Amino acid sequence: MAKSFNKSFSVFLLPFLAFIFAFFIGGLVIVFTDPEIMKLIKSPLNFLTAAGSKIGNSYLAVFQGSIYDINLSRKNGVLGGFYPLSETIVTSTPLILTGLAVALAFRSGLFNIGAQGQFIFGAIGASYVGFHFNFSPILHVVLALLAGIVLAGMYGGLVGVLKAKTGAHEVIVTIMLNYVASLFILWILKTEAFLRPKQIDPIAPEVALSARLPKLFGESQRIHLGIIIALFVAVLVWWLISKSTLGFKFRAVGANSNAAKSAGISIPFVTTATMFICGGLAGLGGALHTLGTEYALTANVAGTFGFDAITVALLGRATPQGTVLGAFLFGALQTGGRTLQSNTGTSSDIVQVIQALIVLFIAAPALIKYIFRVKQSAEDKTLTAKGWNG
Amino acid sequence: MSLELKGITKRFGSLVANELIDLKVSNGEIHAILGENGAGKSTLMNIVYGLIKADSGSISVDGKIVEISDPSQALAAGIGMVHQHFMLVPVFTVVENIILGHEKLKRGVLTVEEAKASIERISKEFKFDINPDELIENLPVGVQQKVEILRALIYDAKVLILDEPTAVLTPQETDELLSIMKSLKSKGAAIIFITHKLREVQEVADKITVIRRGKVVGTTLPTATQEELANLMVGRTVDLTANRESNKAGDTVLSISNLNIYDASGRVLVNNLSLDIKAGEVVAIAGVQGNGQSELVRAIVNLEPHTSGSVKLNGKEILGNSVSKTLHQGVAYVPESRELDGLIASFTIAENLILDTHENQPFSKYGQLSNSKVIENAEKLTKEFDIRSQGVFDTASSLSGGNKQKVVLARELSRDVKLVIASQPTRGLDVGSIEFVHERLLAERKSGRAILLVSTELDEVTALADRIAVMYRGEILGIVSPDTSREKLGLMMAGIKERAS
Repeated sequence: MAKSFNKSFSVFLLPFLAFIFAFFIGGLVIVFTDPEIMKLIKSPLNFLTAAGSKIGNSYLAVFQGSIYDINLSRKNGVLGGFYPLSETIVTSTPLILTGLAVALAFRSGLFNIGAQGQFIFGAIGASYVGFHFNFSPILHVVLALLAGIVLAGMYGGLVGVLKAKTGAHEVIVTIMLNYVASLFILWILKTEAFLRPKQIDPIAPEVALSARLPKLFGESQRIHLGIIIALFVAVLVWWLISKSTLGFKFRAVGANSNAAKSAGISIPFVTTATMFICGGLAGLGGALHTLGTEYALTANVAGTFGFDAITVALLGRATPQGTVLGAFLFGALQTGGRTLQSNTGTSSDIVQVIQALIVLFIAAPALIKYIFRVKQSAEDKTLTAKGWNG
Repeated sequence: MSLELKGITKRFGSLVANELIDLKVSNGEIHAILGENGAGKSTLMNIVYGLIKADSGSISVDGKIVEISDPSQALAAGIGMVHQHFMLVPVFTVVENIILGHEKLKRGVLTVEEAKASIERISKEFKFDINPDELIENLPVGVQQKVEILRALIYDAKVLILDEPTAVLTPQETDELLSIMKSLKSKGAAIIFITHKLREVQEVADKITVIRRGKVVGTTLPTATQEELANLMVGRTVDLTANRESNKAGDTVLSISNLNIYDASGRVLVNNLSLDIKAGEVVAIAGVQGNGQSELVRAIVNLEPHTSGSVKLNGKEILGNSVSKTLHQGVAYVPESRELDGLIASFTIAENLILDTHENQPFSKYGQLSNSKVIENAEKLTKEFDIRSQGVFDTASSLSGGNKQKVVLARELSRDVKLVIASQPTRGLDVGSIEFVHERLLAERKSGRAILLVSTELDEVTALADRIAVMYRGEILGIVSPDTSREKLGLMMAGIKERAS
């Protein structure tokens, strides 16, 4: 018991410290990029007061924009104050799934950079079934989600097949397939099947009402069933990795492919199956985003969900639990960033600086360990992706 | 020059790796440090070389206490070390590796001429025959080791530490190394020779210090018998001669005929090889490393992609099956490298014990692993095979070499198999573990399993085998009985086939 607690403690300690440190540096950047405050540098007391209040206000704005806004609660009641949190959850939902798509691949020793492309194909599949057909409500949602999962699963599985058959490195293939996907969606939105009648803008028709994911807390908030599905899938992925026979194979190949091979585990099978499932996960993210939030497919449907996923998975140290937390953190930073700009005039780009710093400190654990004098056990190694020769 | 250690103590948490160790080496002396794996030999040497800091104790050179906190200080004090795992850059040439860390510039450009001259001088002195411009990765292991020794000599090491230098060498290379050690000694070097191979110790050592569980348990001379040394090392009486009872061989279990193995470029690695093994029989493949033994073993379990010919198990063709199917048809496979192919270091002992059976009943049910069955299996096997750990949830990486091999053996032998393939099953193991492995293999023989043993250790081959097949350049040069003389076996391993005798 104590041992497992220590282990999970150290798994979360480093990301947490990275997070704190990134906010600290972010605060310095906020101050030093503000000309008004820098003018006060000659009188240290005024400078420090101004800097302190600037940083305080900025992070308060991020908090208000992502979790709880007291002003809103005065107007709409205590629960109404949580409107920003609902926005955070809406943003986090697709991130959880793309994050899982990267995290699971890590466990099999694969580096899936392709969540972006897989997300796009998931969105295309769900959108097409969503607007083109008419089914009864529940069936329609299920079929549209399945279409997204399968289409994206095949797109991801293709990477696995290529690696298994030809040895093509998955990093290069997934990066290239991201380009293919983002250009493919531009093209397909101009085809007759996807173009809205009497429209020239590349935007698909909205999905039918029967294919939309139901809102959880009424129409005043955008939060939808997708978050429940995403959390359920995260539990499923946890089960897959740590309890299932298939996950045992995945982990074995990820940890030592030579030994796995010698014990009769088929590497091509694991590679293909992993990439298929990861593609399906990212695709489900795209499908949920389309059916729950966007309704209409546009070329920019994926935003940066697929790329942020890599950070989220790293932040979560490739565990499903950590990935969910990482996705919430990123969702919060993104929604909070908008308020930061409107409330304090600080550029929302600062949020991206903080995100980048978190990644940097996670990627350089030695640095964080040095700064905070943390001792870490050698065992907590869950990221097992290999380099070019791996 | 002399090196003296006094009261060296080092703890890792609760584990005492070295406790109050005293040791003195003088010039012109080979001092062997003998001990089982995990006895604390390597820790001690890493302290001397400045890689680890001792908790207490002192190191003195020529009577003066020196402070050694990193390898460059050790080098400056005249201490050089050849590590068990070579510290060479494979894509660099010999001379580039030698000057690494001591680069000299001439008008801003790297110059290697001086180093080349030194290499040639020392090569001549000790008959090393090393081309300074050859890439490390193109050199055989034995020559790479000479490069390591050369590096120590070039930088004026007067005390040379050799950490398990023979573990990776063939018998011929070992003999060569031992004679190099003798000539170094005659030139006045002090050598610390770390090993657990008794025969080598007796051949070259002037003094022997035996370490067990981090403590010096005895100092003796090479005149001590192998049994005495082994007893000191293990701390109990050891039986070094495997007890092979006569046993009647049964039906043919494995039948290899006209097997060819190629590499990816089509080069022949094993050429038209045929071999039969009967139930209750141990057939050993002897030979110098790299003559196709590894490929042969991997081909039988279908890990080699380019093969032709036939491999039959109990009359059924198995060549071309998947690895998994081959194993489940009744083949136990103990791979050559337990670290690389046998175990997953980050997995628990329990997980490693089901590596090739995780899909089977009772471990897997509805696609889910049954935790209780996996633990039950692990508890049973760790008991049966005497695997020593703190529990079945410890990772395999925490085990000693002998216990790692026991995990592999436990996993493979506990399955329902007809053929046991053991490739270098005792490489790098201590005496106690070797004894265990030998006993276990003979027990398998007695129970009627067919055993294919691949080993480069002649002692092991002659102790266990019913028949010895000597492999040379991908072919079986001849099959002989185990009472064939060492000389004749050695000649065959070198490719010399005696005419009708």
